[in-house]
Amino acid sequence: MKPIPPHLRDIITEIREVAVDFGLDFFETIFEMVDYKQMNEIASYGGFPTRYPHWRFGMEYEQLSKGYEYGLSKIYEMVVNNDPAYAYLLEGNNLVDQKTVIAHVYAHVDFFKNNYYFSKTNRRMVDEMANHGARIRRYVDRQGIEKVEDFIDTCLSIDNLIDYHSPFIERRGEELDPEELRHREVPKFKAKEYMDEFINPEEFIEEQKKKLAKEAEQAKNFPRRPERDVMLFLLEHAPLERWEADVLSIMREEAYYFAPQGQTKIMNEGWASYWHSKILTTRILDDSEIIDFADINSRVLSSSKGQLNPYKLGVALFRDIEDRWNKGKFGKEWDEVDDLERRDSWDKELGLGQEQIFRVRKLYNDVTFIDEFLTEDFAAQSKMFTYGYNRKSGHWEIESREFDQIKEKLLRSLTNFGQPFIYVRDANFQNRTELLLHHKYEGTELRADYAREVLKALHRLWKRPVNIETVRDDKGMLLTYDGDEHSEKARDYERISV
Amino acid sequence: MSELNKIKQDHRRFKQIVRGKIKRNLRKYMSQGEITGRQGKDVVKVPLPRIDIPRFRFSQKQQGGVGQGDGEVGDSLGQGEEKPGEPGEAGNQEGEHGVEVDVSLEELAEIMGEELELPNIEPKGVKRLETIRDRYSGIRRTGPESLRHFKRTYQSALKRMIATGTYDPDDPVIVPIKDDMRYRSWKETSLPESNALIVYMMDVSGSMGDEQKEIVRIESFWIDTWLRSQYKGIESRYLIHDATAREVDRDTFFRTRESGGTMISSAYKLANQILEEEYAIDEWNVYLFHFSDGDNWSVDDTSECMKLLDGGLLPRSNLFCYGQVESPYGSGQFIKDVLQKFEDHERVTTSEIKNRDAIYDSIKEFLGKGL
Repeated sequence: MKPIPPHLRDIITEIREVAVDFGLDFFETIFEMVDYKQMNEIASYGGFPTRYPHWRFGMEYEQLSKGYEYGLSKIYEMVVNNDPAYAYLLEGNNLVDQKTVIAHVYAHVDFFKNNYYFSKTNRRMVDEMANHGARIRRYVDRQGIEKVEDFIDTCLSIDNLIDYHSPFIERRGEELDPEELRHREVPKFKAKEYMDEFINPEEFIEEQKKKLAKEAEQAKNFPRRPERDVMLFLLEHAPLERWEADVLSIMREEAYYFAPQGQTKIMNEGWASYWHSKILTTRILDDSEIIDFADINSRVLSSSKGQLNPYKLGVALFRDIEDRWNKGKFGKEWDEVDDLERRDSWDKELGLGQEQIFRVRKLYNDVTFIDEFLTEDFAAQSKMFTYGYNRKSGHWEIESREFDQIKEKLLRSLTNFGQPFIYVRDANFQNRTELLLHHKYEGTELRADYAREVLKALHRLWKRPVNIETVRDDKGMLLTYDGDEHSEKARDYERISV
Repeated sequence: MSELNKIKQDHRRFKQIVRGKIKRNLRKYMSQGEITGRQGKDVVKVPLPRIDIPRFRFSQKQQGGVGQGDGEVGDSLGQGEEKPGEPGEAGNQEGEHGVEVDVSLEELAEIMGEELELPNIEPKGVKRLETIRDRYSGIRRTGPESLRHFKRTYQSALKRMIATGTYDPDDPVIVPIKDDMRYRSWKETSLPESNALIVYMMDVSGSMGDEQKEIVRIESFWIDTWLRSQYKGIESRYLIHDATAREVDRDTFFRTRESGGTMISSAYKLANQILEEEYAIDEWNVYLFHFSDGDNWSVDDTSECMKLLDGGLLPRSNLFCYGQVESPYGSGQFIKDVLQKFEDHERVTTSEIKNRDAIYDSIKEFLGKGL
């Protein structure tokens, strides 16, 4: 890693001042200059060079290196959500590229700092990751790399089974009921006092008490409500060795740390692209650099045929919001205008655009962002469509250009990262301490081969048979892995309230 | 803060896992020809399905997505399994697609040797081909001054002075005594340079179809890979025959399709001639592979073949392998004839290759003797 050369240092200061001027508010950001090998390495570790050892980082590295060597791809920037933030510049990039990256980075850091969904992330993650790395390396020394790595693989198989909203809500309510149940009185037959011991003999009462206690025990669902954070549930209740529990908790912590980045991909990239354009074109670049900038910008925002580029969608939406709020194209009055010409020329000259986009970057995530600001006009202008797989022709085909369908499909692909909702439903399934998971079925089936592998991973943690209830071909289904083999059988699928 | 070492370790772990996967799936790779089609100069590309972390996810084909651009409803975006675009799915980085990994041929041979339990080959006694080289790779305490190893001498002197307390950091003068002296030393390493010749012969008569040739192609790739790992200088010759035989280059060997009758003896004659004229018997380790569907022209020709084997080919070679590929047209007689005559001959191996799945076992039969 090399120090930033003086001329770049000046540029960083300059861009930083402009960014502050525009109202961006970021953590202190430390730039470092790396060559492409180091960049690939850091990127393989998700931005944390001190991360724990694991083969998938090696795989990532191989792919990135190949992509670079064959000239297919190149990572321009890498920025880490931390206070201070760390950002890496690629040695050998031309000056306009570097300027773009620097502006882009400052906007990302502004987003990290201010967006609500990042508010609970650990801002000392660089230290925390090093700490995780040290702990896992210690386990590797004691247990051997194979064992630890296998266990990490197992944890990673379920690292999407967390409760993305739990950092913000207290999920677990009072839990006194089982106690109450246990102290229920045994109902006695009515009897005069002197007859009582004959009509309600003590043995009988004892027997009844035991029965009640048993009932209370069985009625006590475990977990009491369906548990979204499967990782946490296993951490607390699976029979794990101490090091295993620690590794699992590390994996869970990292999953929570990375979650907001997935929840705000479109916004975060859109925000950064919006600002790099604005900062560079209005204040930083001179005429001779504009072409280069247009070149890199078009690369960042390009989309290959039929694909949706999150950078492009995000930046376009932010610009659309700015424009609408500047012109007052929102609210009841606007919604009621259906004369096309009036819509086109509508301008109340409110000038609220800037204020609004800053508010949006603070309060929204991708789902709420799309839900609220993706308008029919916008979808039509940007030629959006939905596509699906046509089994007959074996082709992916454009299905529809209807706004409702586009929005629905887009939202669905974003909700929960486009992943299925899974809950722990019963940890004493069939009264045999089997684990029962519930897939909240919403019209899309689970991918069977992956599901089987995940069940295996769950079994390694739970060490008793694991089951998941789901739907296939419109019929309820129970998938089971008992440690030796997989089995499937029909099972009535009932929705659970969560 | 960055330690390149660290990523190297993870990279090595990844490679190990890849290796394990190849090993476990070797039988599959051997029968599918996936690898042979992707051969570079020294490496092959091995497609590995599913090395990613399995997670609960949706079945792709029901999912679809949202895209952007021109086109009418019903227009195709592309064919096949892969999804054309993946909007917003950001949470996990691992891709859906399998990975393609480069594996060197050497490593592949090693994996193959371990999995098939192939013995290392004992080359024919050609000691005189050994070359002896001196290598300065050791250190010793005595030697001529011209070979003094300054750094090591300095180090041991420093070590001694620190240990005895005579080292003064303010006046770091190091004075070596005789005991500290270190000299470079050489070792004689002999590099056996045994040469090997592989002669591939294939029946390309009308009855050998494309599938049969594909089997031969895949099988020869693996044989080649293995033998190349065992010998330094290796030469390959390719002969094809129907009723007559001729020598061709590798490419033609696998592509030609002739028609007409089959005279196996023509190939054996040609092979014998090549061996006689070009390869000295005690300098070369010769491997003969012959693939056919076992349908020979006449009984006379078959007995001619036996004579050629007995009289010329077998004495000159380490190993003669006859692989009979099952074809719908062939009678499959030839293998019986070979076995009848040479069943107990230690340098003759036969194998019936019913289909692609049999390649694995066939190679094991061919190379399992370690000759």
